[in-house]
Amino acid sequence: MGDLLQRALLKKSGQPRRRAAAIAQWVVLALLLLWGLFNLKAIGGAFVEFGAYLGYRFIRRALVVGALVSLCASLLGVTLVLKRYSMIGDGLSHVGFGSLTVAMALGFVTAEGLPAFLPAGLRGGIAGLCGGIAQNPLPFTLVIVVLCAFLLLRISERSRMRGDSAIALISTSALAVGVIVTSMTSGMNVDVYNYMFGSILAMSASDVYISVGLSVVVLVLFILFYPRIFAVTFDEPFARATGVRAGSYNMLIALLTALTVVVGMRMMGTLLISSLIIFPALSSMRVFSSFRAVTISSAIISVACFAVGMMLSCVASMPTGAGIVAVNLVVFIAFSAIGATR
Amino acid sequence: MSLIAMKDVTIAFEGDVAVDRVSFEVDRGDYLVIVGENGSGKSTLMRAMLGLVKPRSGRILYGDGLVKNRIGYLPQQTAAQRDFPASVEEVVLSGCVNRMGTRCFYNKSDREKANRNMALLDVAKFRRRSYRTLSGGQQQRALLARALCATEAMLLLDEPVTGLDPAAATEFYEVIRSLNRDHGVAVVMVSHDLSGAMRDAGKVLVMNRGMDFFGGVEDYRARFAEGMVKAHG
Repeated sequence: MGDLLQRALLKKSGQPRRRAAAIAQWVVLALLLLWGLFNLKAIGGAFVEFGAYLGYRFIRRALVVGALVSLCASLLGVTLVLKRYSMIGDGLSHVGFGSLTVAMALGFVTAEGLPAFLPAGLRGGIAGLCGGIAQNPLPFTLVIVVLCAFLLLRISERSRMRGDSAIALISTSALAVGVIVTSMTSGMNVDVYNYMFGSILAMSASDVYISVGLSVVVLVLFILFYPRIFAVTFDEPFARATGVRAGSYNMLIALLTALTVVVGMRMMGTLLISSLIIFPALSSMRVFSSFRAVTISSAIISVACFAVGMMLSCVASMPTGAGIVAVNLVVFIAFSAIGATR
Repeated sequence: MSLIAMKDVTIAFEGDVAVDRVSFEVDRGDYLVIVGENGSGKSTLMRAMLGLVKPRSGRILYGDGLVKNRIGYLPQQTAAQRDFPASVEEVVLSGCVNRMGTRCFYNKSDREKANRNMALLDVAKFRRRSYRTLSGGQQQRALLARALCATEAMLLLDEPVTGLDPAAATEFYEVIRSLNRDHGVAVVMVSHDLSGAMRDAGKVLVMNRGMDFFGGVEDYRARFAEGMVKAHG
């Protein structure tokens, strides 16, 4: 490492600012490493302790769901970041938050509360449906978020509004709806807090099935369409001119992103899920220079950071989402330092 | 029969006519330069030739072995591309995407084609290098190699020397001339750089929504000797 540091100091004398950044990054890394060396025993203990946590079913579930969601998010993230759609995950997670709160609020609908002019059978049916949505809000949320993903894509392709403005518009509106609905019904309770910041306790058995299904779909589609996804990401006009249906691929990416966000947001939290999409791709782009290397490295970084973050969450009782983002940040700094030193 | 024939093509966006009743043909081995002021519809015309915009009226006929989607296109570079992590090989190979049909992956003949074109444009030595670390001229050559993977017959170039320094631009025109003369590739180029583009051109099309002029480069010089101002006045 000293050698690398020296190279960072000696090389690129024409770019003092870049050199300063590299030095700062290496200093941060060195401090972290030193801290790690002095606390080796504690870190080893953490691994042992984490092993004990694996006996719990909810931890195993969270591990499976989280690893798969991280994998999907990182693959999608490479094209999203390169196509300048980084914030789409953030926007969609806010929409997810809004629709989750609405779904919860539907639990307060009763047959007696509905307008009297409706037939009694219909009132019962509506109340039953609302109760069902409140009991199991995931399918409802999925539908809403997928619809919003298509809407976002259409706005940014067909209208004069720019993509980033459209995302900001939709995400803040959805958040506002969520906050209003929450304050009118249940108030800020533990559920809402968990939606915002995530919880590893949130994973149910059905989430495991959904996330396994989702990640198989994302992986298979990504591999099968890899050359075309590259072509559309690198140069959409050229891809269109050579007969690639770029619009369909954008649609597909948006759909898969929506699914990934909805499955991942209850563990990572609304405010942090987009980091799963952005961080691994950005870190990889600092070091690797081919699309394939960036993709593979993103997938590995994402799953590894998730595992470490999860361990921190269990052992140091850190909020899961925040822990994973913190680990991703450290990796980003490390990769930036390596990239700047090269 | 010509490679591409535009017959009375009119293109309009929300009522604004961008291209007005344009007819011309591009034959095998042609070198056509499309010139005109900003907003004269020359880029729109090129996008129509590629099938990216639909004409409101008129017809675009492909012939002489040329198929729609088998045209080599060199679009203007976007800001996103300049820092895109992709090796030169990946970029060039992506030109083969229109030969894949229902296949999901590149096959041996795709890779051979990419290798040939990388050698032809002298970017084979950069194949593992990242596209973003190349100079402007090298990037354009890599994109040309990609365009050649998509076609044997015709290249469409949209403002190809924008952003290149004079030396790189001269070199680029030489590459285009060699592709046109030695390899029989028809070239259609939209350009602002009149003096450079005209040097090797065979035919010229002057766009001003409608066609102001279409013909050989000598006729063009004879008519527009006193400059574009008079031509449009």
